[in-house]
Amino acid sequence: MQKGGFNFDLYQRNVELIEKNNYKVPKTTKTGTTIVGVVFSDGVVLGADTRATSGPIVADPNCEKIHRISDYIWCAGAGTAADTENTTGMISLQLELLSLSTGRSPRVRTALTLLKNFLFRYHGYISAALVLGGVDFTGPHLHMIHPHGSTSTLPYISMGSGSLAAMAVLETGYSSKMGEEDAKSLVHQAILSGILNDLGSGGNVDLCVIKHKSMEFFRNIDTTNSKRKFRKKLPYMFKSGSTKILEKEIEEKMRKMEIVNEKENAIEELEEL
Amino acid sequence: MAGKNCVAIAGDTRFGVRNQTVALDSNRIFKINNRTLFGMTGLNTDILTLRESFKFQMNLYNLEEEREISPKTFAHNVAQTLYSKRFGPYFITPIIAGLEGEDYTPFLCATDLIGAMEFPKSFVVAGTGEESLMGVCETFYKENMEPDELFEVISQCLLAAVDRDALSGWGSVVHVLTKDGITTKRLRTRKD
Repeated sequence: MQKGGFNFDLYQRNVELIEKNNYKVPKTTKTGTTIVGVVFSDGVVLGADTRATSGPIVADPNCEKIHRISDYIWCAGAGTAADTENTTGMISLQLELLSLSTGRSPRVRTALTLLKNFLFRYHGYISAALVLGGVDFTGPHLHMIHPHGSTSTLPYISMGSGSLAAMAVLETGYSSKMGEEDAKSLVHQAILSGILNDLGSGGNVDLCVIKHKSMEFFRNIDTTNSKRKFRKKLPYMFKSGSTKILEKEIEEKMRKMEIVNEKENAIEELEEL
Repeated sequence: MAGKNCVAIAGDTRFGVRNQTVALDSNRIFKINNRTLFGMTGLNTDILTLRESFKFQMNLYNLEEEREISPKTFAHNVAQTLYSKRFGPYFITPIIAGLEGEDYTPFLCATDLIGAMEFPKSFVVAGTGEESLMGVCETFYKENMEPDELFEVISQCLLAAVDRDALSGWGSVVHVLTKDGITTKRLRTRKD
């Protein structure tokens, strides 16, 4: 069985396949993305779009980009989908173990340090750009983490391919005295701006509002982009038998054998001995 | 593709090295247990290696847990195996289809070569013809199809996409999984 950690066994073979044999490598799923975070008076709002692309094709039109690190610390991720999923998953479990062993609820700062140390070890090869936000006993915090391991702490952040579009909206609308509703609507507009203007972002809007000891996740709060106008009213009907079959094999589920009278036989055998 | 309490996986059976066809009967869709089907496309050597690797892991799971693995757990297992080779990956795109839980709810999962999962409710596609497959599935798919109709729809999708892809074809197989068992049908495809 394999040990933990990354396994580099196939690296040599892959390099030769790509260089000598011109092998066409399957594409990784990227989350082109617009992710946004904003701090308001009582907490933090995180927002993300829901499109995952594989080259120019949309692999998943409704994926979840806001990941749970702990109950009140959440993280939106852009970059390679597998990397953001697994990085946030790994740090989430490290943080859980840490909080159990220290007996204290986790801090956003701790998650930040774990994430940046992890990503720096791999020098940017793990392509995960993250917006980390949460509320702990010291108050609300919002940080951005780049794939190489550098971080910034800011009152409003946007990352991903749609970050320019989103930042334009944030710069216009942000004020340090915002309340919850203003912050939610600002994040919503910023994500929408990314969805409309950036080709790598699309789908629905996800929002996550974190306050002291409270977290609300609004999955697909805005689905105006997913309602297709010109869908054919009458679906295609294929009559049974329209596909020509060469061979047919039916494997029925194996029925469990019923064991009846086993006990009686066993007792009889003992008596004979 | 998912239907009403049933799922189906369809694939072609050509094995080639770039433009040369080597075999016409390579099977890439495997039964994991009565509730889970697992298909892979990509580098054939990796498909065979992973087939053996998952067979081994599932045998161990059955012995240790004394029960069959659920499709969702198996999908996570696949993703973890693929991500452990993040820098030096297996060149495959897997698809997992199964029926989950007491109510036999359809479960579909596709991952990329390093294990980024997605769980759509309708259909998943993979392979050299995936762009054509995506288009044709998007058009023909309906919700809540019965097994017979599901078979017709998935077959027509595969046949249409295979016609437009030079590297696919030479025979195809469709497995329809319901709570009563698996029906496997071989279709007549173009031999070019």
